[in-house]
Amino acid sequence: MYHINEIVKNNTLIPSILAEADANDYIINIGPQHPATHGVLNLLITLNGETIKKVEPHLGFIHRSMEKMCESLSYRQFIYVTSRMDYLSAHINNHACALLVEKALQIEVPERAQYIRVIMDELTRIASHLLWWGAMAMDMGAFTPYFYAFRERELLTEIMEDTCGARLTMNYMVPGGVMQDPHEKFQHRVTTEFLPLLKSKLHEYEELVTDNIIFQNRVKDVGILSKEDAISYGCSGPTARASGVECDIRKLYPYDIYNKVEFNEVFETAGDSMARYLVRMKEIKESVSIIEQLIDNIPEGDFQAKTKAVLKLPKGEFYQRVETARGELGIFVVSEGGTTPYRIKFRSPGFSNLSCLDHITRGSKIGDLVASMGTLDLVIPDIDR
Amino acid sequence: MFIVEYLKEVTNAVKSLATGMKLTGYYFTHHKEIITQEYPDNRATLKMADRFKGEVVMPHDANNEHACTGCTSCELACPNGSIKVITKFDINADGKKKKAVDQHIYRLDMCTMCGLCIEACPTDAIKMANTFEHSVPDRNMLVKRLNNNGSKIREGVE
Amino acid sequence: MISFENIVKWIQAFLSAHLPHIWVLAVEAVIIIIAAIALFAILGLVLVIMERRVAAFMQIRFGPNRVGPWGLLQSTADTIKLIMKESIVPDNSDKFLFNLAPFMVMIPAMLILAPINFAKHFFIWDLNIGILFVSSISSISVIGILMGGWASSNKYSLHGAMRSGAQIVSYELSGGLSILTIIVLCGSLKVSDIITAQETGWWIFRGHIPAIIAFVIYMIAVTAETNRAPFDLAEAESELTAGFHTEYSGMRFALFFLAEYINIFIVCAVGATLFFGGWMPFHIGTWHAFNHIMDFIPSSIWFFGKTFFLIFLIMWFRWTFPRLRIDQLLNLEWKYLMPISMVNLLVMTVCAIYHLHF
Repeated sequence: MYHINEIVKNNTLIPSILAEADANDYIINIGPQHPATHGVLNLLITLNGETIKKVEPHLGFIHRSMEKMCESLSYRQFIYVTSRMDYLSAHINNHACALLVEKALQIEVPERAQYIRVIMDELTRIASHLLWWGAMAMDMGAFTPYFYAFRERELLTEIMEDTCGARLTMNYMVPGGVMQDPHEKFQHRVTTEFLPLLKSKLHEYEELVTDNIIFQNRVKDVGILSKEDAISYGCSGPTARASGVECDIRKLYPYDIYNKVEFNEVFETAGDSMARYLVRMKEIKESVSIIEQLIDNIPEGDFQAKTKAVLKLPKGEFYQRVETARGELGIFVVSEGGTTPYRIKFRSPGFSNLSCLDHITRGSKIGDLVASMGTLDLVIPDIDR
Repeated sequence: MFIVEYLKEVTNAVKSLATGMKLTGYYFTHHKEIITQEYPDNRATLKMADRFKGEVVMPHDANNEHACTGCTSCELACPNGSIKVITKFDINADGKKKKAVDQHIYRLDMCTMCGLCIEACPTDAIKMANTFEHSVPDRNMLVKRLNNNGSKIREGVE
Repeated sequence: MISFENIVKWIQAFLSAHLPHIWVLAVEAVIIIIAAIALFAILGLVLVIMERRVAAFMQIRFGPNRVGPWGLLQSTADTIKLIMKESIVPDNSDKFLFNLAPFMVMIPAMLILAPINFAKHFFIWDLNIGILFVSSISSISVIGILMGGWASSNKYSLHGAMRSGAQIVSYELSGGLSILTIIVLCGSLKVSDIITAQETGWWIFRGHIPAIIAFVIYMIAVTAETNRAPFDLAEAESELTAGFHTEYSGMRFALFFLAEYINIFIVCAVGATLFFGGWMPFHIGTWHAFNHIMDFIPSSIWFFGKTFFLIFLIMWFRWTFPRLRIDQLLNLEWKYLMPISMVNLLVMTVCAIYHLHF
């Protein structure tokens, strides 16, 4: 085994954690290839036995320079790139881009399209939370929930596939509406197949994971993030709401028809991993209720507004935020009046949520790090674009 | 009482574990719940969604005619340059020159199935096919020419 | 009637008729070694395929069903693959210990086979301290794990090995205490005596609630001792990738893998012997007709049936529960299992002294 000082001596490009480490520190690399990181995230953790002294996340393993890439794409084309950011809420990312273009060009979106978009968003949110649930349980060492979650998610992706033609990166939203009218069986399948199935299986999730004593002990009072810290780290979405921060963009800055539907913003106050878990589980139920309100009331009309073939944004700066499954996604575009953005910036929820990881895991065990990371719901391409 | 609480804790813990085991036990004994599709075996019955975006194709009718005018809208709409339309000039009956497609080159290996080309096409000459078995031994085979040999544009398509 | 007992007797008679005494022993030893290794190989293959199928059905999928009939040859194919793979030895590792470790895990597992009664009067060596022998030898396997973890020169491996050490050492206590509760009942450490004592009924039925509590604690303790989920902290893949065998590949890894399954078989065989009467058929009091039918089922089937039922239980645990954290694992042992099994032992002793059991 190499001594830590040797590594420091022989390496000029050393992470700060190694530079600061003293000779007795026990440093472990979690990732970039590691089962718990769900992708290529590298965590340098300093250990004292089982106890974590410091966590330092390292990014850059999946950097695809998306912002730069979008600068060379037209306003119709750059939407599809954002599906690859947070691939679990691809619809919602696309939605944000479409909204931004519509806001800049003042395109009136038909009401039918707005309904379809919101339903799709909420279906995506359910799909994302289901996958998170399975993956988080797998981090905790329970393999079976993963398959149960995928059973419901599979039906959801099939419904998506019927309408959008793809299962993960749908690319369904376009400026001015949606690309195609929903499949004629869309409403029928959601109301008679998916929603009853999900509702009948939600109790299984509780029996298998939520109520399980081992699971509860693993997540209760683990990775506590206080309200103040959640705000100062810029956390958003379920992560912040678990600490009691009011930050649901759907409520605060409603877009499309979110101001017409009735739903509750889910809160927990404990701020621990259990609270984050419960917020997401309750959000599934809230999403179900939103879909139930909308699915039978989709108005007739066009699914797409008439837009010009070539979109040119007026000169200026535009910002649009939406609530993805992980939190607040902001898109900022500087336009010079051309067909492509001059500069584009994504404010992704995962990056801010990851930043609190060191804070919430210091002094806890390695198992707690895995639990905290699982409940933060990290999607690495979202953190590192 | 400490002892009572201790025992209550233990029984509740055991109960919560038993409910979990009951659930997995249920699925262990009920094989009808299995959702796995045995893919290569169920090829005959496997039906993809109508709109599934598998690859871009150019439908030809019985007379080997297509609807592509060679306008290159799809090429311009494609975000990652997977379409290249090579045009030529046909001389029609009146002796006038007319732009037409020579080769419609489609690179499946670069395509992300976003469907923007289909949206952009003014004459509905291309569409998404719902095929999905795309694996080939050589990646050059993924570069496809969409218009058939000797095909020409359908009458009346402008 | 063909039974294992008769086969053994026939072989012994055949050998003693032709060979001097010392050669008879030698030949028998060779036969036993071959039989033990064969049993190991078969058990490994069977248990791996069983685990995968059990996991698959619990997870609403089919599991391996392509190689051979119902996928039964899948584990054979996997073994062939593992044999052909290169066994990589890391550069900085302690080569000698690294190579020795898999055998240090396998050999204790083989030794424990000696006192187990596989069928009526069919065993390798029914020594009079059989159960003590089992529990003492089974603690040796932790040395192999520590050795492998240390020699790998990998931080994950070392961490996993250390966890495993703490875990196995502490869970042996409650495991041992729950074994003791049954020893108190039958008053002998000899495996065949323990089984004969259960002729009128298995201890789990005759020993009132203390026997059931002892059984539950025994199952938890052995799950932990064999490093199985939910106690698989030594190889917790979401924390330590693969724990102590991170650096092992090819056949060396397969030996660790095999040893895990053999250990499961052994602890379940001991559990079946202690609580379910080993090869003893299921008898109900004075229902002579029923008892007679039960006697027709060969004793080896009874033994393996019970053992595989317990193995299934352990697999069921694994595919249902999330993993514990290391401090919770030790809390569970020292704050719950240990005190409960001590009180349980006391209650059982009182029962045994006053002959309160059935």
